[in-house]
Amino acid sequence: MEFEFERVSIVRTGRRVLDQVTASIPAAGITVISGPSGAGKTTLLRLCNRLEVPDAGRVCYRGQPLDELDPLLLRRRVGLVFQRPTPFPGSVADNLAVAHPDASIGELSTALTRVALDPGLLDQEARTLSGGELQRMCLARTLVTQPETLLLDEPTSALDAQPKQVFEHAARDLAAQGITIIWVTHDDAQARRVSDRIYQLRDGHLTGAPTEEARP
Amino acid sequence: MNTTVSWAGLAVSLLLVAVAAGISWWQRLGLQRQILIAAARALAQLLLVGVALTLVISPGRSIWWSWLWVAAMLGYAATVARRRAPEVPHLLSLALASFTTAAVVTLGVLFGLHVFPLTGRTLVPIAGMMVGNSMTATVLAGRRLTDELRDKRDEVEARLALGQPSRQAAAPYVRAALRAALTPQIETTKATGLVFLPGAMTGLILAGTAPLQAVLVQAVVMFLVLAATATTTAVIALGLIRRLFTPDHRLVHLPAPADH
Repeated sequence: MEFEFERVSIVRTGRRVLDQVTASIPAAGITVISGPSGAGKTTLLRLCNRLEVPDAGRVCYRGQPLDELDPLLLRRRVGLVFQRPTPFPGSVADNLAVAHPDASIGELSTALTRVALDPGLLDQEARTLSGGELQRMCLARTLVTQPETLLLDEPTSALDAQPKQVFEHAARDLAAQGITIIWVTHDDAQARRVSDRIYQLRDGHLTGAPTEEARP
Repeated sequence: MNTTVSWAGLAVSLLLVAVAAGISWWQRLGLQRQILIAAARALAQLLLVGVALTLVISPGRSIWWSWLWVAAMLGYAATVARRRAPEVPHLLSLALASFTTAAVVTLGVLFGLHVFPLTGRTLVPIAGMMVGNSMTATVLAGRRLTDELRDKRDEVEARLALGQPSRQAAAPYVRAALRAALTPQIETTKATGLVFLPGAMTGLILAGTAPLQAVLVQAVVMFLVLAATATTTAVIALGLIRRLFTPDHRLVHLPAPADH
């Protein structure tokens, strides 16, 4: 199993965001965690990257409890792409280099190619990219750390249909290359398009067994 | 020539307070009461300090009384910094640590290397100028860094999510905060002598010291303030980073200023 949640609870500002969540997320393919806004999907992803820690219960990554792993190494093995693109100041190359300062131009170019971005963009100011390009640059930046698992937190929620499709295609390619992807979305149509399996998260509970759904 | 001010002279100078209050009355600013209270309070505080200083630094008095005075100043300055920026977490202890570090560095250089002789008469005013002048920068650095980390939380967490340690993830925001806090002091230092005559030098000249000697003292004081500002802001910033991130490199929740 990629991630196992054992009776995980999180309370934030008096609200129980996750309530005794117990679930296993298998390795390989794309697992979608679906559910309405405020259901705790983002918190669940942040737990996997250890930007949050549970108030009760525990989370294991490939059989090891997260609190026994070095958080810095874990975050390089388990990359997180946020809902809103977060470009750092400087060029695209500067952004990618934050993830790996010693990476060669060739490695940076490869990261861009893997997300269907032109390596010619390396010298371009990151903040001048379009929304879709910016989100894929953030995905490429995460790929520079060579993660085994990718956590995608509603990465296309602000994108139009065409850039959304390009992003989904890039993510499918990465899954095909062996990267496990956990994708949070409240877009049911997208969940069906991209997923190998779907979990439903509602009111802090993971409801029911995961649904195995074949993509059309 | 020694310039002294008599009690009668002081009383006459109150005419100047009357001028300020008069302008407030004439222009219906409604500030007369506040002006009078501010002047009375300043006078009372200065007289109290004058009496206390006379006791502390009088000839023959142990230098330990002066050190005690300095310690009290550091503590009081830390509480003032805390009051000015309640939104900055742990500011009381951090300000105390930063003022103490700056005192060790600056007083260590000035007295350890015999720029000034170590007496109560030199120690107390120099420590006072050091703390007084670095307090604004301390508050500015603490406030700016907290604001940066709160407002750019997404960016900071994106850096953490890439596996950067908290100190490295916070470095760009620490630099921004330190620049913002140090720049006014650098600008003041640049303009000294051209745009304004600083207080220490003016005071010395009024008290009868030769202008060149007053200039030398003032230059040392300016450098003291510069070093103190840099030291206090650096200690505040590094200390805040330790408090605002957990040992496992997570950024703690930072409430908006309105929440206080």
